[in-house]
Amino acid sequence: MAGGGELKLLGTWASPWACRVRIAMHLKALSYDYVEEDLDNKSDLLLTSNPVHKKVPVLIHNGKPISESLVIVQYIDEAFASNGRSLLPSDPQERAIARFWAAYIDDKITASWKQAFSAKTEEERLEGTKQLLVAVETLEGALRVCSKGKPFFGGDSVGYLDVVLGGLLPWLQGTEALCGVEFLDAARTPLLSAWAERFGALDAAKAVLPDVGRLVEFAKVRREQQAAAAAAAKN
Amino acid sequence: MAGKEDLKLLGLLVSPFVIRVRMALSMKGLNYEYVEEDIFNKSELLIKLNPVHKKVPVLIHNGKPICESLVIVQYVDELFAGRAILPTDPYERATALFWAAYIEDKLSPAWIGILKAKAEEERAEKVKETLAAIEHVEVAFAKCSNGNAFFGGDSIGYFDIVLGSFLFWFEALRRMYGLEIINTSKTPLLAAWAERFRGSVEAKEVVPEADKAVQYANKLHAATAAAVKLVSSE
Repeated sequence: MAGGGELKLLGTWASPWACRVRIAMHLKALSYDYVEEDLDNKSDLLLTSNPVHKKVPVLIHNGKPISESLVIVQYIDEAFASNGRSLLPSDPQERAIARFWAAYIDDKITASWKQAFSAKTEEERLEGTKQLLVAVETLEGALRVCSKGKPFFGGDSVGYLDVVLGGLLPWLQGTEALCGVEFLDAARTPLLSAWAERFGALDAAKAVLPDVGRLVEFAKVRREQQAAAAAAAKN
Repeated sequence: MAGKEDLKLLGLLVSPFVIRVRMALSMKGLNYEYVEEDIFNKSELLIKLNPVHKKVPVLIHNGKPICESLVIVQYVDELFAGRAILPTDPYERATALFWAAYIEDKLSPAWIGILKAKAEEERAEKVKETLAAIEHVEVAFAKCSNGNAFFGGDSIGYFDIVLGSFLFWFEALRRMYGLEIINTSKTPLLAAWAERFRGSVEAKEVVPEADKAVQYANKLHAATAAAVKLVSSE
């Protein structure tokens, strides 16, 4: 297992953003020190390495920190270009398309998902799920175009966009339990559903992604804690 | 260098996102056909080529569309030879991309929110967010520029374009609301950088007068008010 220098990753088991990076590291056969952060008690290292956002994941390479999951994944793809296969497509046009959809996933999919998940009223939740379903349909179309009939967004093998969406997989699978609507539905989104099966079966995914049941419980508890804290703050 | 490439850009003169792309194309010495879109009456071509967002800029290269300003700038940088826009070192590139993401996620929605706010309270909130975000950018500039004139060094680069494209809108907001987002006392480094950016050949080529932004904002507000009237009269 090669690693050009010292690699350390600050993350949490539940963070889909950290999962993305860990999956990418696995695909690039990189060895690294993994540090599980406690988000209620963030380490000094995390606070000094990502002072702007104070969030995981943070990759520290030879002492230098990099934050933002999409930035980190692209960084390791470039800095370790000779390791394993390239995650980003080699064709500039395809690269642009992959980046476009990565931005879409992080803007539209997560925003509507969060709205549905954290909604304080039924009306808010319905609005969130409505938008989420529209976004998922759009993503289904993206998969059709990007994969061109092949198993992954990246074609025959896993690529950048697969990693970007794949890190979220257990959260997507838990959408029904957490938001009241099925994200992956064999009838509505056949391509994404098949993709999810394939992605979940990868060694990298099995090594990194948390169990959906455990994640759902954790998310519910977290949501209750946050609602209670918000209510207490009001009084 | 100057390409005989088939390049067309769908844009809007006052859009900072379009300006980013125009600066990038200019830095690479590329010629392109420019099409001014009417945002209140979008062309079929725009809707067809950017069905997901229906927004400018859209760069059409050899008939194929690329959308999202940051994606387009990176595409232009990677594909065309000549002056480097993004840093070539992977770590410096990651740093530039991090700050571009910060601008897009925190600063951009905040200042745009000032324009779009429907009530004074909302506007005040967005002003607060904008000022908090720009403080972080001041710190970033200190670290990244290393005493140089621009974020990436002694000439304009990626992050300069990403933030610099907003400057004429910041001036517009000052004229409209008396708000100083960048000023010499709170953000001295950015204030000095802004002067340099505004005075640069690259910026002068494509950045419009702040008045144009004010006019556009007024048009936007009028259109919103009309829409509200329409809805409330039903």
